[in-house]
Amino acid sequence: MSITVKNLKYIYNKGLPGETAALDDVSFEIEDGSILGVIGHTGSGKSTLLQHLNGLLKPDSGEVWIDDACITDGSTKLVDIRRRVGLVFQYPEYQLFEETVAKDVAFGPRNLGLDEDEIQRRVRYALDLVGLNYEEIKDMSPFEHSGGNKRRIALAGVLAMEPKVLILDEPTAGLDPKAHREILSMVKRIHENEGMSIVFVSHNMADIASMADKVIVMNTGRIVLEGTPAQVFAHSEELAGMGLNVPPAREMTDKLARIVPGFKSEALSITQAAADIKAFINN
Amino acid sequence: MIRDITLGQYYPADSPVHRLDARVKITATMLYIVELFLVKNFAGFLIAAAALFAVIALSRVPLRFIFRGLTAVFLIIFFTLILNIFLTDGRVLWHWKFITITYEGVIRAAFMAIRLVLLIIGSSILTLTTKPIELTDGLEKLMSPLSKIGVPSHEIALMMTIALRFIPTLMEETDKIIKAQQARGADFESGNIIQRAKSLIPILVPLFISSFRIAQELALAMEARCYHGGKGRTRMNEIHFHRGDAVAAVLLIGFLAVIIASRQLGSVL
Repeated sequence: MSITVKNLKYIYNKGLPGETAALDDVSFEIEDGSILGVIGHTGSGKSTLLQHLNGLLKPDSGEVWIDDACITDGSTKLVDIRRRVGLVFQYPEYQLFEETVAKDVAFGPRNLGLDEDEIQRRVRYALDLVGLNYEEIKDMSPFEHSGGNKRRIALAGVLAMEPKVLILDEPTAGLDPKAHREILSMVKRIHENEGMSIVFVSHNMADIASMADKVIVMNTGRIVLEGTPAQVFAHSEELAGMGLNVPPAREMTDKLARIVPGFKSEALSITQAAADIKAFINN
Repeated sequence: MIRDITLGQYYPADSPVHRLDARVKITATMLYIVELFLVKNFAGFLIAAAALFAVIALSRVPLRFIFRGLTAVFLIIFFTLILNIFLTDGRVLWHWKFITITYEGVIRAAFMAIRLVLLIIGSSILTLTTKPIELTDGLEKLMSPLSKIGVPSHEIALMMTIALRFIPTLMEETDKIIKAQQARGADFESGNIIQRAKSLIPILVPLFISSFRIAQELALAMEARCYHGGKGRTRMNEIHFHRGDAVAAVLLIGFLAVIIASRQLGSVL
């Protein structure tokens, strides 16, 4: 499903002394079945933007289109928007509340008004999608799991609504390296198998570089850079000026390029950097 | 909605009232409340109101800020008015079927309403001009004689500080949880009262859990800083009694005398 955002504007504390534009004339497009990476420092407007994509916030002006439905003009029912767009907040495990894993995952589908058989099918499907064994954990309390698994359960809670677009706000924040890798490969798998469009916010530039088809960079409520990861990460100085950086591999090759005459690399991953260095040495 | 309640909110400004010792302000507020109940006639209220508005003018807190606090308790004032007007016996002014309005009722209602309004404004001045930390420090100092008879004054003050400190944190947390559950299709606005109460469970359970988590983290952070209760504890900003505080204390005693004297003018009730 494609998302089109047109001239979105959102103002905090409207009419008060502290009035600030959290979003200022933001426009972009997410093509069907692609992954959009969103980067920007804390307070740049990322979270505000995400909340517009599923109708949690209403813009002061501008439009959000999902396929051919405008979700900002009030004509679309909120349940319909949330059926299409699944939003997973930061630390989603803090929203778990039910006695058992299965009941918690069923909360979303139940709110959609589905019948019991369909709800059970979706719970099984969603837990399977995040790599958990339905039979094993359905009757366990969601609170007796590890941090990584709690996050999977919370993710399953959103996936069970079978959204066409999945929005993930820093899905790997606070996880250990193993859980971090597992969540990322899970997101990739979901993207490939289910064909969902994904919006992915992260502070980890290496993750963005490896996951995203397209990247937008937010600063003070505006989109300042937009393009493929290669195009965006070519602006390392601009990014540094906004409190961001480039992937570590690129950081290293940039440093190398400064001290080794003739060396050039646009690597975004360690493997690419290694290949470029090898090619340079062999020449 | 929740933000409209000014009761317990601080208004930052640099004024003689803000600079006063919190102990003086707390004592003054308590004394003022007692005095409002000593007043027997409208002349007394006139004096009390004049004193209150003098303090408000000195404090540089905008009037609209103070009156916004009143809107939250408007219902209480309204019911007091209604009950007093209709339920007081005396000389009948107006009679229709079972509704009777008496002269005494009108007077009593006006009397009670003025008392309530002054009471609320008076106590909100305290919190509007005193930082929560100063307030609890002041309370702790005022209660410290009680610790000799076993009242844990430091702990009570600390509990108040923590409670005040975490109001905004928990509001933010609540907001996050509400949004997360809305994203999962939760509906808090429709349905009958039982359905609505039930729809709060997905908010309350995570909120409880995060409160416990926050409490645990806070306890650890305090331990890590070697917190061991009030004994032998010194503070960065000691509160001092200045000349201004002495002047305020003298004025306060003078005001008490005037209010007591006003009782000689007779009673309207």
